[in-house]
Amino acid sequence: MASTSLPSSSPLLRRRSVLQAAGGALVASGSAVSTPLWAQAETIRVGLPIPLTGPFAAEARAVQQGAELAVKEFNAAGGGAGRKAELLVRDDKLNPQEAVTRTVELIEKDRAHFIVGSVSAAVQLSVNNATKQRKVIYNSVSQSDSINEAKDFSKYTFHECLNPHMTAGAVARYAFPKMGKRVVFLTADYAYGHEMARGFLNAGKAFGIEVLADIRHPLGQTDFSSYFPRILALKPDVLVVCNFGRDQSIAFRQAGDFGVKQKTKLIAPLLMHSGRMVDGHDVYAGVIGGTGYYWGMEQDTPSARAFNAAFRAANGGAAPTDYAGLGYAGVRNVLAAAKLANSVDSDRVAETLQGIKADVYKGSTYYRACDHQSVQSVLIVESKAPAQATTKDDIFRIVATEAPDEARMRSCTELGHA
Amino acid sequence: MEITASLLLQQLFVGLALGAIYVLVAVGLSLIFGLLGVVNFAHGAFYMLGAYVAVYVYGLTGSFWACLLLVPLAVGLLGLLAERWLIRPLYGRGVDYPLLLTFGLAYVLVDSVRMVWGVQGEAFATPEALRGAVDVGFGVFPLYRLFLIGLCAGLLLALWLFIEKTRLGLIIRAGARDPLVLKVLGIDVGRIWLLIFGLGTALAGLAGLLAAPLRGVNPEMGGSVLIEAFVITVIGGMGSLVGAIVAGLLVGVVVAMTTLFQPEFAELAIFALMAAVLILRPNGLFGKS
Repeated sequence: MASTSLPSSSPLLRRRSVLQAAGGALVASGSAVSTPLWAQAETIRVGLPIPLTGPFAAEARAVQQGAELAVKEFNAAGGGAGRKAELLVRDDKLNPQEAVTRTVELIEKDRAHFIVGSVSAAVQLSVNNATKQRKVIYNSVSQSDSINEAKDFSKYTFHECLNPHMTAGAVARYAFPKMGKRVVFLTADYAYGHEMARGFLNAGKAFGIEVLADIRHPLGQTDFSSYFPRILALKPDVLVVCNFGRDQSIAFRQAGDFGVKQKTKLIAPLLMHSGRMVDGHDVYAGVIGGTGYYWGMEQDTPSARAFNAAFRAANGGAAPTDYAGLGYAGVRNVLAAAKLANSVDSDRVAETLQGIKADVYKGSTYYRACDHQSVQSVLIVESKAPAQATTKDDIFRIVATEAPDEARMRSCTELGHA
Repeated sequence: MEITASLLLQQLFVGLALGAIYVLVAVGLSLIFGLLGVVNFAHGAFYMLGAYVAVYVYGLTGSFWACLLLVPLAVGLLGLLAERWLIRPLYGRGVDYPLLLTFGLAYVLVDSVRMVWGVQGEAFATPEALRGAVDVGFGVFPLYRLFLIGLCAGLLLALWLFIEKTRLGLIIRAGARDPLVLKVLGIDVGRIWLLIFGLGTALAGLAGLLAAPLRGVNPEMGGSVLIEAFVITVIGGMGSLVGAIVAGLLVGVVVAMTTLFQPEFAELAIFALMAAVLILRPNGLFGKS
């Protein structure tokens, strides 16, 4: 309320001061009442910028479904810090500029308290820049370890998702001893693709692999036919497909068309659940890869069983995929931290979140202190052939599990932390 | 890696199959620009619609061959409606208006598809009869892609015969040269343009159907195809049927061959080719000034 230079006897000023007093009384009385109208509207707002349109749309949709379940459960249990939670979903269109615009809008216009999201590695870095500057917690569900590096890290930056080093390493340690040493890489030519190839190379060195070629393809490639004659001519034991989303399912489908599956083994650092669901059993049959979560874990893991049941109930019987799990854990952990800290203040919640150890859906996880990377297990799965699948959701067979292990991740010093 | 003759031949065939799809899309675009003067930014969206209509028709009939017949008819019909009710009112106002309209139409079509079918995309199985690969002497090649090359060759021959040898084709060629004379002779130019637009979009829709078993079906599939089609149309010469065919196959082969030796340059190669052609022949290979 700005001070005025009007003389105190002016009617305008008298009216104004009466109104001020009345307003003050209203506010004072309001806080005494248990649920005044405007306090009911105060929620914990979690912004979720994800690529709802474009080649990663299916993964984004799964993240949204997982996030919605986490919010629902949080609210059903009474909320936290005196409030219920609210999810604000936005489309980042898989574009870093668009993502920053949406994130800034979420923080400044929609007053979001926390941001969870991104599927693309490039997008997560630009979102992180925006949230860092505004001291807002960002829990990324994007597969990349660039966000853990010292130059991008901040106390508000968290990484719920696995990174390529972990997944590629796990698949390499499983596959190379069994499959042979002559390796060709088919890699998407962007940061994530390179990180996956590097993860494989690092782990593969221990097994003495021979890299015959590292063939780079543009992100969003729709026709891989030009790569296969050369790949077949090289006669590799293993073809490692380092890409993501639609690129991956198209690459596998066309590899099948060209008879590559008969001549060589196909592995992928990360097997796309949604690509697999869209393309059915034939295209992926026999392919081995890594993943953060598969609903089949429920046989041995009680938290997976609970998560699956809740997800199925909320989504018409569909089983959750790995990205649904990430959306769920990403939001659930942040809300749990807010509840535990009894606050929505970024500093207090960040401190609390850092200490969260929980078994949310896939066994126990915790955040590593130096870079807030979620230390978690990696599953090695094999895609089932049509004859072996019992239901539409029965797409993978878990062949191995690597337990959470900081030694298998890039070290803090390697990432530039003290 | 040893470069053998059989590897080169295999890669050449890959390029031809790639080119076949390019050609179908580019021919429609080139005809529409050459004869109507309309830059059809919605061409990629009609390609995408063809794939989705195929998903729908296949769901109803279970027959790929039924799709081959019905998809071009359905998409062509949509093209006719678009020309008659959306584009025709804008003739005579310069090249910008139809361009902006088709640009907007593309957005509308893509988002409509997202609303009806969702954002995740659909699978489209290769028809039973065309699955598997055949030994073509120098290597093993997918049967479906051989079918693609053959079908496109047949279609383009039929199209060429139609334009060069029939009376209607003669009228179309005359209309491309000088629409005013046609009007003076009492021929309904509007009906010709309607037909051409429908034909162009039908070809795009057919290309979408044919690409579906290769690349899957998703709402964004028309985007990159449109860019490639424009480049091919420019290389071949706007309005030239032969130009679109030659340029499409050329681009397919160039992409395939570049990928064999330097995969990172494959995308660049298309634009480098366009630049080279324009320096030597500013109107494209077969274009008229």
